[in-house]
Amino acid sequence: MMRSLLYVLTALAVIGLAFWAYRENYRTQEAQAEAQHLQNAIGDARARLRVLNAEWAYLNRPDRLMDLVELNYDKLGLLPLQPYQFGRIDQVAFPAPPELPITNPVDVSNPEQQP
Amino acid sequence: MIRTPLRPLARILEARSRGENPDAIERENIRLRHEEMRDRARRRAEGRLLVLAVFFFCAFSLVGGRMAVLAQSEPGEPRTSVAGASILAQRADIVDRQGRILATNFDTHSLYAQPEDMIDPEHAADKLVEIFPDLDRARLIRDFTGTRKFLWIKKKISPEQQQAVHDIGEPGLLFGPREMRLYPNGSLAAHVLGGASFGREGVHAAEVVGVAGIEKFFDERLRDPARAHQPLTLSLDLSVQAAMERVLHGGMKIMNAKGAAGILMEVDTGEVVAVASLPDFDPNDRPAAPTEGNPDDSPLFNRAVQGVYELGSVFKVFSVAQALELGLVNPDTMVNTQSPMQWGKFRIRDFRNYGPELSVTKVIVKSSNVGTARIAVDIGAARQRDFLDQLGFMQASPLEITEASGSAPLLPKNWSELSTMTISYGHGLSTSPMHLAAAYATIANGGRQVTPTLLHDASRTPGARVISETTADAMRHMMRKVVSEGTASFGEVPGYAVGGKTGTADKPKARGGGYYDDKVIATFASIFPAHDPKYVLIVTLDEPVETSGDEPRRTAGWTAVPVAAEIIRRVAPLMGLRPEIEPADLAAIRRTSN
Repeated sequence: MMRSLLYVLTALAVIGLAFWAYRENYRTQEAQAEAQHLQNAIGDARARLRVLNAEWAYLNRPDRLMDLVELNYDKLGLLPLQPYQFGRIDQVAFPAPPELPITNPVDVSNPEQQP
Repeated sequence: MIRTPLRPLARILEARSRGENPDAIERENIRLRHEEMRDRARRRAEGRLLVLAVFFFCAFSLVGGRMAVLAQSEPGEPRTSVAGASILAQRADIVDRQGRILATNFDTHSLYAQPEDMIDPEHAADKLVEIFPDLDRARLIRDFTGTRKFLWIKKKISPEQQQAVHDIGEPGLLFGPREMRLYPNGSLAAHVLGGASFGREGVHAAEVVGVAGIEKFFDERLRDPARAHQPLTLSLDLSVQAAMERVLHGGMKIMNAKGAAGILMEVDTGEVVAVASLPDFDPNDRPAAPTEGNPDDSPLFNRAVQGVYELGSVFKVFSVAQALELGLVNPDTMVNTQSPMQWGKFRIRDFRNYGPELSVTKVIVKSSNVGTARIAVDIGAARQRDFLDQLGFMQASPLEITEASGSAPLLPKNWSELSTMTISYGHGLSTSPMHLAAAYATIANGGRQVTPTLLHDASRTPGARVISETTADAMRHMMRKVVSEGTASFGEVPGYAVGGKTGTADKPKARGGGYYDDKVIATFASIFPAHDPKYVLIVTLDEPVETSGDEPRRTAGWTAVPVAAEIIRRVAPLMGLRPEIEPADLAAIRRTSN
């Protein structure tokens, strides 16, 4: 009687441990898959950041800025910095109130959130 | 186990009745038993050997199989480790001193073909020629229908071109990922950056290797995967470089020069803030090196570093500085300047006759060859050579671009007394403008050696002392006077107290045999502000001629100096240098009593 009870309990313990081990295994695999997904996302974001940095540098190249300054001279009236433009601190007016904050920022690093 | 008795009673009784020896039966039984035991032991040993053999066979098969799998399978990235954050690109970026990108990488594709898989080669060739007009249709068809199994069509294509090729729908046209080097600022600082191209190429990747300039000099560093995420920070300043190139280009056109070079250097650190050589090129599309003609006519030629020229009167500053340092003269010593000066067969003459004698300061201000030559005679060849060596004129420039190693100065074979005299006013010794910039920086920073560098690094130990503070100070006063009352009067920029020295050297004829009468190299070496120098600016124009007057003017005072002044006017505010009122000469303040 005692012995058969022991057998049943052992069998139940084996089933329980097997269930636990399988569940842990599946959870590990799931975590690994998610980690890999995140790695890929990070890699893609980095690649996009590189492209954006390169594009930023390309759009800010001095040749282009110079052309834009000349095109928009009527509106902006920009000229190269001249020595006489250095002023003294008491020539500066009291600062105006700050501009309104940007409330609808556009995230360019994540393509899914782009409008 | 049932053991047979050794002396079975039945057989013994029977043997006894027949009168035989019953011991024979016992011996026979012992023998049989021993044989049986031996057989059993052998079977067991054989069984064990078999088990061991099976075990070893399995173990070795496992190891061998695993090795085969490892050797055959594609490598995969580790899935569980922490992000391999550092490897971003094959090659590190290059940025200027404020972190603005000068060179970066860009993902693109290459286009290749596998003619075996092609369905309609003629149609594909037609469409490819539409997309890439520089391809040759006949040649493409020949390649596509021939025996070739693989060919490259384009090394780099844009995403639009890739889509257009994709739309052809030809399965034999394939794309391979490529990382290409991009110089977003075009021709800006082209000679420093140099350029890059592909090294070993495969379908899935290609090496990007530097071919010139700093890309080649630091090729190992830029390709080192451990440091690929750290950009290489140069001492250049993008906006200063752009302003300088623009002004220099305008000046070159106005002065009808065929080339120009400009160097702006910090005097204390030797960091080059801007260096330009015109004409220049676009490193994104580097032209092929010239195979014939004069190498310095090619836009690839870096006049600021590779161009070794006799730079003329700018060298007088070094002769006078050494004479002051040695105590041979002081700024007010009178020097015989009777022109022409006869020395053996040779005559040294001045631009015009400055009278019988001038003070040392006036020799510099009026740029008297005769006066400098007389000072150099007192210095002597050996001491002059040592001094120029300390200023860095005897070796190739240590600047970090590959071209710099080819900038070894041309020295006279025999450093005679006559050489000493000609070198004192900048003839007979050919050096690059970069050498000149480093030597002027030494005088401007109070007499410490300067190593020109393109790397931005805050910590740097000051160089060895070459001349004393007092001598450097006296030289700065003289150089200021050159601008305020001498040959470089166009160099005055209000608020920046420019000091400097002009140099106009006749160009030597290419095949030897004297100098051209109407071709010069005009140089202006300047320091600013002269009372507390921060920067050295060298401007060199190749074959300038100024034609606004009645007769063409070629002297540096009319050509290089106005260009340099305009550069200073433009770049000094960009570098945050405030215009200052020059401190008055303290010598003028005198106590009087009556």
